[in-house]
Amino acid sequence: MEPDLWYLYRHMFRSRLFEQVVQVFWEQGLISFDMHMGYGEEAIAAGIVCQMVDGDAMALDHRGTPPLLMRGIEPTLILRELMGRPDGLCGGLGGHMHLYSREHLCASSGIVGSSGPAGAGFALAAQYLRPGTLAIAFFGEGAINQGMLLESMNLAVAWQLPLLFVCKDDKWSISTRSASVTGGELVERARGFGLHTVEVDGADVEAVWHSAGEAMKRTRDGGGPTFLHAHCVHLEGHHLGFFLFRVGRDQIKEMIPLLGPLLRSATRRKGGSSRERIRSLTDIATRPRDAVKEQTQKEKDPLYRTRQKLISDRDRLEALEAEINVEIQDVMEVALED
Amino acid sequence: MRTMSFDETIEDVLAQTMADDPRIILFGEDVQLFQANLYTQFGGRRIRDTPISEGAFLGAAITAAMAGMRPVVEVSLVDFLGVAMDALLNQASKLETFSGGKWKAPFVLRTTCGGGLGGGGQHQQSLWGWLSHIPGLTVVVPSTPADAGGLLFSALQHDGPVIYMTHKLFTDFWVENLGYLGRKTVDFDLPLAGMRGTVPEKWEPIPFGQAAIKRSGVDLTIISVGVGVHRTLEAAVMLEEEGIDTCVIDLRTVSPMDTAAICEAVSSTGRLLVVDEDYQGFGLSGELAAIILEAGINANYGRVCTEKTIPYSRELEAQTLPNKERIVEGAIELMDRS
Repeated sequence: MEPDLWYLYRHMFRSRLFEQVVQVFWEQGLISFDMHMGYGEEAIAAGIVCQMVDGDAMALDHRGTPPLLMRGIEPTLILRELMGRPDGLCGGLGGHMHLYSREHLCASSGIVGSSGPAGAGFALAAQYLRPGTLAIAFFGEGAINQGMLLESMNLAVAWQLPLLFVCKDDKWSISTRSASVTGGELVERARGFGLHTVEVDGADVEAVWHSAGEAMKRTRDGGGPTFLHAHCVHLEGHHLGFFLFRVGRDQIKEMIPLLGPLLRSATRRKGGSSRERIRSLTDIATRPRDAVKEQTQKEKDPLYRTRQKLISDRDRLEALEAEINVEIQDVMEVALED
Repeated sequence: MRTMSFDETIEDVLAQTMADDPRIILFGEDVQLFQANLYTQFGGRRIRDTPISEGAFLGAAITAAMAGMRPVVEVSLVDFLGVAMDALLNQASKLETFSGGKWKAPFVLRTTCGGGLGGGGQHQQSLWGWLSHIPGLTVVVPSTPADAGGLLFSALQHDGPVIYMTHKLFTDFWVENLGYLGRKTVDFDLPLAGMRGTVPEKWEPIPFGQAAIKRSGVDLTIISVGVGVHRTLEAAVMLEEEGIDTCVIDLRTVSPMDTAAICEAVSSTGRLLVVDEDYQGFGLSGELAAIILEAGINANYGRVCTEKTIPYSRELEAQTLPNKERIVEGAIELMDRS
């Protein structure tokens, strides 16, 4: 079976446009704290969530907007929740890192790695109460060293749970390069637990759709859990207003106030060798630049990639985008109503 | 006297003590960039980024300390200690007793706590009562730069585990990186008197278990800690206009607690109001009532605390965390009782 690329693009574009409204609201101060965007993850979300059925469950991390939208949750409810309104998805009590929908069996958490155990429990209920359904656990590669996530992988294999572990790998754990704090290869690690594994380009929605589809079919048929390793970028970094991106995008303006203290520290009498100090300074200077460079490449943007495949039918593409534009404009206006 | 911000104070004490004591190393999530100045001065061997594996690196700090080092461990937010509680609950706190008093683990766990930035219930808890409940842990919660420096200086000389908690609202770094994030469209009720202040030319240790009398008064004693101290001092000015003369005590360390100062102050006014940003039930506020009762002091008692999960909505958050209006109300209610 082949995926309906138009259908997948519709979901991805809708998510992107919705999050652009979220970004505007956040910039206007209508949304508080560090807003984590799904920009760059849309192909992973669409390729998986669009194949979910009634009774399937999702354990989400702090980046839950795209999967929830694609699962069919009313966008106005999400937007109002992010604004902390009493008529939001969770009464304005949860907020952007804690989005829940009981009727869709979706639960989020802002604690890194906690979607592992959450996914395992959803999968247990699926196995026990609703055979043929499954659970998805979304997390980033930064979570891959969190004990509870690794324990969940073992549990899922030991109990043959219908669970798909989805690792969205952007190579950065906030401001730390994940490779610098992670041993071995992730797929090999997952295989060590006895998980089926698959590695995929997370910007290629068709590839995600195919590999996730196979894994989901397998697990629905009782074939056990899968670890899906999807590579992606985060076009706005860890969250909106992320300091690494602010520095990386405007090094001169953002670095100037930091320079004095850094140079004073570099020349203090006691401490590391001059070689160590130079290495630290170089690291501090290159991380922001590298993060921005790696995360904002156009060809790694799933929207751009998918759109290129559809652009030959420009009329249909523009009509689709115009239609979604109208919908999201309307969502924005309704969300702002008293 | 010098003037310093809360952040500068902590960095200054760490830089000085690390220069003098090579056994001190600092590790935690993102510390190389969050503590870029120390990373520059001391290099990557002594300032180490960790994976998001709190259970592993916090547990490792204990035995590293037992084997001769003096680790300073950073867990960004106290809420994240949930995944690493074994290290504190069953290991660090028990060592001295289990070894028959022969072995101690001198390490400092630095973390942030508290709310007021619109971050909801999973990133803004206080939890000093929860941690102080465990025998064997020292829990420090400074409310001014001078106290922050003196208490950190003591923590780095202490022979057992110290949990050193910084309220997010005191630090420019966290207010910027979780609150403003480059925006001018959001406002926060910042405790300015605690964010910046005079500090001694030369750091001297402030002993644990020594409260500070922030204001003397004859009608009512209010005891608080952290940002609550500043909310209380503002409330005390409003109470003065009502003709109520308030004594304000800052505990500075929750465990050990300055029982003598508490009893003396409450005996003289006959009224105790506790202002605690931590949860109301089974915590600091109840402990203070018990201390007064055990000492046989006849006093009227009231409390203004966080009574439930902190809501995401900024408006509801402001009502949930102790604010000066609620403190004034609680004080007047207590005065009216007798």
